[in-house]
Amino acid sequence: MITAIVFLPLLAAIVAGLGSRMIGNVAAKTVTTGALFASCALSWPVFIDFMTGAATAHVVPVLTFIQSGDLAVDWALRVDTLTAVMLVVVTSVSSLVHLYSWGYMAEDPSQPRFFAYLSLFTFAMLMLVTSDSLVQMFFGWEGVGLASYLLIGFWYHKPSANAAAIKAFVVNRVGDFGFSLGIFGTFLVFGTVSIPEILAAAPGYAGASIGFLGYRVDLMTLLCLLLFVGAMGKSAQLGLHTWLPDAMEGPTPVSALIHAATMVTAGVFMVCRLSPMFEVSETAMHVVTYVGAATAFFAATVGTTQTDIKRVIAYSTCSQLGYMFMAAGVGAYGAAMFHLFTHAFFKALLFLGAGSVIHAMHHEQDMRYYGGLRKHIPITYWAMMAGTLAITGVGIAGIFGFAGFYSKDAIIEAAFANGSTSGGVAFAIAVFAALLTSFYSWRLVFLTFFGTPRWAGSEHIQHAVHDAHGHGHDHDHDHGAVPSEEDAGHDPHTHDAHDHSHPVEGTAGYHPHESPANMLVPLIVLSVGAVLAGWFFAPFFLDPEHGAAFWAGSIAFDEHLMHAMHGIPELAKLSATIVMVIGFLIALWAYVLDRTIPARFTAQFRVLYDFLLHKWYFDELYHHLFVVPAFWLGRFFWKKGDQGTIDRFGPNGVAAVAVRAGSAARAAQSGYLYTYALVMLLGLAAAATWAMVG
Amino acid sequence: MGFPILSVMIALPLVAALACLFVGAKAARWIALAATLADLGLGILLWHGYEIGGAQWQFTESVPLFGRFAWALGIDGIALLLIVLSVFLMPICIAASWEAIEKRVPEYMAAFLLMETLMVGVFAAQDLFLFYIFFEAGLIPMYLIIGIWGGADRIYASYKFFLYTLLGSVLMLIAMLWMVSEAGTTSIPALMAYDFPPEAQTWLFLAFFASFAVKMPMWPVHTWLPDAHVQAPTAGSVILAGVLLKMGGYGFVRFSLPMFPVASAELMWLVMGLSMVAIVVTSLIALVQEDMKKLIAYSSVAHMAFVTIGLFAFNRQGIEGALMVMLGHGLVSGALFLCVGVIYDRMHTREIVRYGGLSNNMPKYAMLFLLFTMASVGLPGTSNFVGEFLSLVGAYQISSWVAFVATTGIITGAAYMLYLYARIAYGSARTPEAAAMPDLSPRELAILAPIALAVLWMGVYPESFLAPMRNDVGAVLARLAPTAPESDAKVVIGHPKPAVEAHAEAHH
Repeated sequence: MITAIVFLPLLAAIVAGLGSRMIGNVAAKTVTTGALFASCALSWPVFIDFMTGAATAHVVPVLTFIQSGDLAVDWALRVDTLTAVMLVVVTSVSSLVHLYSWGYMAEDPSQPRFFAYLSLFTFAMLMLVTSDSLVQMFFGWEGVGLASYLLIGFWYHKPSANAAAIKAFVVNRVGDFGFSLGIFGTFLVFGTVSIPEILAAAPGYAGASIGFLGYRVDLMTLLCLLLFVGAMGKSAQLGLHTWLPDAMEGPTPVSALIHAATMVTAGVFMVCRLSPMFEVSETAMHVVTYVGAATAFFAATVGTTQTDIKRVIAYSTCSQLGYMFMAAGVGAYGAAMFHLFTHAFFKALLFLGAGSVIHAMHHEQDMRYYGGLRKHIPITYWAMMAGTLAITGVGIAGIFGFAGFYSKDAIIEAAFANGSTSGGVAFAIAVFAALLTSFYSWRLVFLTFFGTPRWAGSEHIQHAVHDAHGHGHDHDHDHGAVPSEEDAGHDPHTHDAHDHSHPVEGTAGYHPHESPANMLVPLIVLSVGAVLAGWFFAPFFLDPEHGAAFWAGSIAFDEHLMHAMHGIPELAKLSATIVMVIGFLIALWAYVLDRTIPARFTAQFRVLYDFLLHKWYFDELYHHLFVVPAFWLGRFFWKKGDQGTIDRFGPNGVAAVAVRAGSAARAAQSGYLYTYALVMLLGLAAAATWAMVG
Repeated sequence: MGFPILSVMIALPLVAALACLFVGAKAARWIALAATLADLGLGILLWHGYEIGGAQWQFTESVPLFGRFAWALGIDGIALLLIVLSVFLMPICIAASWEAIEKRVPEYMAAFLLMETLMVGVFAAQDLFLFYIFFEAGLIPMYLIIGIWGGADRIYASYKFFLYTLLGSVLMLIAMLWMVSEAGTTSIPALMAYDFPPEAQTWLFLAFFASFAVKMPMWPVHTWLPDAHVQAPTAGSVILAGVLLKMGGYGFVRFSLPMFPVASAELMWLVMGLSMVAIVVTSLIALVQEDMKKLIAYSSVAHMAFVTIGLFAFNRQGIEGALMVMLGHGLVSGALFLCVGVIYDRMHTREIVRYGGLSNNMPKYAMLFLLFTMASVGLPGTSNFVGEFLSLVGAYQISSWVAFVATTGIITGAAYMLYLYARIAYGSARTPEAAAMPDLSPRELAILAPIALAVLWMGVYPESFLAPMRNDVGAVLARLAPTAPESDAKVVIGHPKPAVEAHAEAHH
């Protein structure tokens, strides 16, 4: 069964990718979507069996992969609770995103390619989560990276999409650099790359030391941190996060599937999968906690200033991933996985909802040109509301809460209960980031769905309205009903569209339409998940007793920590809810009640605002620190090294000497082939003579 | 002695080469294709007949000629795979030259067939001087191919090629003469088991190193390669990158390591140092290239450094990885040069900026080019991953520094290849000619598709390739075992103690 779950998407990708010309667009889309729904239908029973305790962990071997001495790797599919959780996350979101893409990508000329890439991604992700060895995990890791590269750059005619795709791949490769060294080191120490064998042997290396780059360091700390660098790359943690916001260049369904629900959580999955290994090194755990906290803080601050709806959600994702690492760092792997699980549903929902908004607003992504959409696209609005209630963690303890209420609060409580310094820092930052999360999430909702329409300032909307006169356009369908009489008098607004700081109000005669059913069904399904997943699944993932049985050793589940969470002071428990309400109130005040506040605030705190708006200037810093020097060095080594030194004193120098030496050398030069043959023959003659004599 | 399959594989292209010289262009093409396909068929039979786990040297033939000099052939698993690689690429080269070469076609085909004879000879030779003849003579057809059918600057390119190779070959010949007088045999298997005096090994090693380092090529004797590639016709580049560069690595594993194990261990740092420099420097140089062929040529130098790093790691993963890189790089760089050739044939320029947006008008091409780009980047599931991964695993076991520096190659490698791919296949066409280019013809598809399948096969089930060479790598390792250097890891198991102390220790 697991074989079918994993390989159906691959087969579908091959059929759709190579055979679309023969079978046609609709068939290609049907094959891939059908395969994914089949995978999904097969995955849930696997998960339910682990929930009920009917299933036990097992490994299904597929094929020999690499056999080189002690390094023995098989293609094999591992199924345990951790895998089962990931299976349902990956296949559920992926199948819904496939369905959604029928509507979202309806106008695109290369749909089979899109669906083939999506299915290929799903296959690679499934290989990642079912891996039994670090090498197969690396295969899946790189495979999802490839799919991510292809999908970010899906609209390859856009230079920005190409740049973003390359950036995503190369930045991830920096992470893979660490991951690779981690695998090499692990093999050196353990003599195997099999994950269960490594985890079994890891505690024996507590306190061991190893030589690395001339230093003597704690062995397990080194290995864990090297592997963690890989996790940081894939999960866009601070320092290696720069690719994720740019990845929004990809079509929105891609953002939902890859850059929110699944691929970016691979780093968290890796740390949880290797949790018994991380447990051995306290230093590594502290680093994981601090990196997660720093990311959660950084991304949440940046998220408050972005105006592109997808970028807000992207930074939100980055920040939530930080939460998951904080959870893992304080030893609450169950909470980390639970947040991964609920986040997959509500973040995919938010992205797909944003896609529905963008679809309705004729590809406008700037929230400054939204406003008042709640009446026009009510289903999208309610779906986004469900997502927002889930991410901000609305709920009342003991009664009911939306998904994030259970998972995020668990992280905050676990950080507090952990008791260490890093746990304390994580708690403080998690609470503060929760405030910001609530603020930017409600800011998004208010800017998009409330207030009066500001659509007239948007060039996209202007295009839509003008195209309705019959110039013909790719995206006619979502504004085909614009009455022409309303069009008069809107031309002056086009000039205003260039002034981004003062969007004009008005509809420009544009009528947003709710998305088609194939886009709304995934929204509704995910909404159900965002509302109920936390309440329903919390006992399995988090409860001290149920949890230990549920996880069954697939992660280093800490029952004591889960117990301790319940014993923390009431105020600490309530802190998340309190800041959530504060964040909501600030957003309500600034974006609904008194809408002059944002402008006044940014005018007063210009430096801070610019710092956040420019994402802490990471891109600029990296550009000057890495990109420019790399090209400069390349040119230097080429012009000054190869040409200016090696060639100058090497072959060209010899040639110059030879030319000066006169005509004999010139003859040698022009007839070099004969010279060569002669030298060789002379040598052979010498050899032959010697051979005969000897 | 049964059917002398190796002799036939060597003789067949030679006979066909002579035949080509006496017929017209059209007939020469068909003769060349038929002969190379026949050799490929023999190569498959060879692979099929090779007994894994059997005798170390199989298909041996030996006919004494004069003195100690003998027509001695025979292969182990390493030679087998390199022969299969050579005969696999040859028909592809002939097909790639089908329309691109218009002048002096019979001579061109003859040169390629002669090349095939010599390549198979190099890998099959069991006599030291026979090896030398094949090894050095192999360059003559390559000179001709570059010098006659090459680009505008072909004279300079072949001059450089000549200069570097000459120096190496003279030194190697002198070393060979000394070795034979010392050991009293010209048989390569016998020499591989002979213990040369340690003080002599250093000199012998350096003499062979001069030749092999140029062939690889290693930094800083690599500058002939970009020029040779740029000037060579497409098929010439394929053979140069696909097979001729592999002779350097083959030389190391066949001669330097088993014959001079003491010197290999002593001079390991020379090889490692140059390889580390090569990976960093040539990858950065590849990043700024504006000529497609030069870019791929520089990337070859970086990739071949993974071979030397793996070989001189003195362990199984390293050596098997190095051999896998050789095979994988042979396929992938060959395919990349073919991809360049496909668009060069249409627009007659190698300048990257003249292309762009080829995904629009050449979707099949874009897809195959993407596959080979990803293989070059070392994506798991493709041939190059297995090799790079294993050689780096091997390198780490010797030195974390080597592995650390060499692994940066996976970052820079991704950067220059994806940058190249984006400029060619993505965006929009920068010239109207580029936008008007037709997609792959059936002939071009037939050339690239087999390589694509081989690349995936090697990436998914490398066992087919690792199994034949396993025992032979073991034989090399047995020679190296006494001198294998120590790892810098030196794991010290800690005493069981509370984690807090372990934490404190990590800071000191």
